[in-house]
Amino acid sequence: MTSAQLPLESPPATPPPSGHHNHPEKWEWYHYFLYNVDHKVIGIQYLVTAFFFYLVAGLMALFMRAELATPNPDVLDPNVYNTLLTNHGTMMIFFWVVPAAIGGFGNYLVPLMIGAKDMAFPNLNAIAFWLNPIAGIFIGISFYFGGAQAGWTSYPPLSLVTNNLGQSFWILTLITVGTSSILGALNFLVTIYKLKIPDMRWDELPLFCWAMVATSLLALFSTPVLAIGLILLFFDINFGTGFFRPEMGGDVVVYQHLFWFYSHPAVYLMILPIFGVMSEIVSTHSRKPIFGYKAIAYSSLAICLVGLVVWVHHMFTSGTPAWMRMFFSIATLIVAVPTGVKVFSWVATLWGGKIRLVTPLLFAVGLLAMFVFGGLSGVTLGTPAFDLHAHDTYYVVGHFHYVLFGGSVFGLYGAIYHWFPKITGHMYNETLGRIHFGLTFIGTNLTFLPMHNLGLAGMPRRVALYDPQFEDLNKLCTYGSMILGVSILPFLINMIWSWGWGEPAPRNPWRALTLEWQTTSPPAIENFDEDPIVWAGPYDYGIDTQSFEEEELSVDEMLAEVGQEMK
Amino acid sequence: MAKKKETIPSSLLTLTIGIAVAAFSVWYGQNNHLLPEQLSSQAPLVDDLFNIMLCIATALFLLVEGTIIYTLIRFRHRPGDETDGEYIEGNFSLEVFWTAIPTFIVIVLGIYGVQVYNQMGGFDTVGQVAHHHHQHQVQLASLPADESNPMLLAERPEYGVGATPVEGLTPPDLEVDVLGMQYAWIFTYPSLGITSGELHVPMGQDIKLNITAQDVLHAFWLPQFRLKQDAIPGQPTQLRFVATKSGHYPIVCAELCGAYHGGMRSEIVVHEPDEFVTWISENQVAQNPDLEQAVALRTDGDRLQDYTTQMGLDATTVQAALKQP
Repeated sequence: MTSAQLPLESPPATPPPSGHHNHPEKWEWYHYFLYNVDHKVIGIQYLVTAFFFYLVAGLMALFMRAELATPNPDVLDPNVYNTLLTNHGTMMIFFWVVPAAIGGFGNYLVPLMIGAKDMAFPNLNAIAFWLNPIAGIFIGISFYFGGAQAGWTSYPPLSLVTNNLGQSFWILTLITVGTSSILGALNFLVTIYKLKIPDMRWDELPLFCWAMVATSLLALFSTPVLAIGLILLFFDINFGTGFFRPEMGGDVVVYQHLFWFYSHPAVYLMILPIFGVMSEIVSTHSRKPIFGYKAIAYSSLAICLVGLVVWVHHMFTSGTPAWMRMFFSIATLIVAVPTGVKVFSWVATLWGGKIRLVTPLLFAVGLLAMFVFGGLSGVTLGTPAFDLHAHDTYYVVGHFHYVLFGGSVFGLYGAIYHWFPKITGHMYNETLGRIHFGLTFIGTNLTFLPMHNLGLAGMPRRVALYDPQFEDLNKLCTYGSMILGVSILPFLINMIWSWGWGEPAPRNPWRALTLEWQTTSPPAIENFDEDPIVWAGPYDYGIDTQSFEEEELSVDEMLAEVGQEMK
Repeated sequence: MAKKKETIPSSLLTLTIGIAVAAFSVWYGQNNHLLPEQLSSQAPLVDDLFNIMLCIATALFLLVEGTIIYTLIRFRHRPGDETDGEYIEGNFSLEVFWTAIPTFIVIVLGIYGVQVYNQMGGFDTVGQVAHHHHQHQVQLASLPADESNPMLLAERPEYGVGATPVEGLTPPDLEVDVLGMQYAWIFTYPSLGITSGELHVPMGQDIKLNITAQDVLHAFWLPQFRLKQDAIPGQPTQLRFVATKSGHYPIVCAELCGAYHGGMRSEIVVHEPDEFVTWISENQVAQNPDLEQAVALRTDGDRLQDYTTQMGLDATTVQAALKQP
């Protein structure tokens, strides 16, 4: 901690409201609906937009579960059912988890955590966000024309022959959000590399930021490949080309390679930022340093690298040669190692802590519990011999909902509760939060656990009509989905009520050590009225307990302390 | 990390828990009843692999979840305690330990999994090309790309689960061409001149399915046989198996193929060998243009029996219905 001096070029106290600052003192409500380059506004824009789509896609899931309560297709038209299953997946991935985790929390937290005033390219950032509403319009148009119906994977030839107009707009949607994702990834990498305050060593970078580095690398490498595949598909549909038309000499399996080269890493895009969130929440609320900082940081990068070479495990039953099945099987299984390292490290962080089971930690522990299950079922799917049986069954549906709902969505909920005081300046209601957690946890397990049995016993996925022998377990899943539907209510009430009328939040209600907690809640427009000081590592709990006891240390006092330490 | 018990040493407790977890996991791995009946020679191989993975997974699941729950209770925050937990940043040996153990497990699993896959017949792709490509020449000849490039055709391997290493290059006992279309499977027996909507095979014989698709992707899945292979337009694939038990079992389409994908189901009928001969002769006659002979072979009641039983009608009702003009 060598540079405790104030940086010279910035004013020491509250910045003057006008002058070189080209913005008002405080954002009004309508600023959140306009083009705005403040990363915090953009973060909130991402989160709220994404949450809207989460509700829409969740509603689709409820309709599908209503259909599946009985073996006969008696609730929805079969084409509508396929539209719902396609768009449920598409929206949950591209409009909810990815934009909320990367766009939302990434944007809101990364500059604050590294002590920057904003992202490196604020305008690019705003453009990246505004591509999302445009994509939303595209998917709306797609819906108006009946929607894409070939699954979120949109394998040709089915995607070439089913509802061309809906499919074309679906492709435009994905290319638009993909572009947004690439712009965002570039911005994160440059921001973390260039704008981190110099006092902060690389091994003091919060683990959320390390996770964002891995996420952004992965998005940069893989997203263009999906775009290529989709553009070729678009040409096949609209301009008479035959890249994926077997009757014209095209190859349908090539599409699957292009698609999964992105879409498997997309799974890690959805979980790596959440892993970052986990490290922050678990360490803060168990009041203990993160166990194995380096192992957690490097394992994100390891997942990122290995994650790029596992995509063929989605194609073990497709037209893939045996050597590929072997290579990609081993690579897939190896991903379990860095993931396991993370899980063990979090458990070890909890061990010996002073665990405060507030709502964010409840969701984090719930995530841990369910991710372990989803990870283990994932390992079984990595072996081609077993995958021949389980592929494209409800076993897979159960597996990926454990990692994506039990994992990513739980992590997002945890993050929302954890940073709610910082973002809104108000505390959330703890009781409602716990009710929300209880309902979500029960609902998740009731909905997705029986799906494993269904798949193993012989029920394929993506069907509206199924064999009557599977009815009982399907009913159970449907009841679970109803609980999940209800679980959203305490959350909504809590968020809306607390945002408007909740108890005002102090700067640092959790006594956390990352830099975002040094500024006001909500933070000032350029983040820090006084430049932040790295006076402890991000997870240095338990070193000097006395200094944390006074809640509201002013920066001057902290400076004085640091000054003394240096003498 | 040692537990501070005054009477019983923690190592003893840990040992007991370890033995209990191991015992339960081994038992559950063998007695999970999660998979359906085993009908093919490959099914026991797959199930053994699954059971071992389930056994390991159960043990890891119990250990991790147990530790989480124990930790949450033992290290819960007590009211009034504002201090932090102990300052522990890591433990290198522990981290090496929990990196090495999973690495070891997944590598062993990976090798074992590949071995099973090999035993199932996943690796023999070379011999099959030489042996069978003449059949697909006809199908692929309609594709312009293949006409212009015969090399492509000759080199094209046939993906799927083929002959097991034991069977080697021996030709199969029976070959059936399987064609997937929205929303049905058509089974053609080139050597017998039979076409059927259900797959009939003799028990205990080496069957090879040559799978293609007419319109979109389908996946040919026999849950009781633990076998699945996509039917791909323009790219032949195969499944080779020996059915080990007679009876009627489902055929399921496992790849989204359109609005009525869920309805794309059929049946595989495994016959005793002599029964299969009867089936062949009946169907050869039935599909013969000489209709009189075909009708004479079975009465209407016999012919409809499968369907009437499914509809829940008994023999007398059917007879009565048939007598009506």
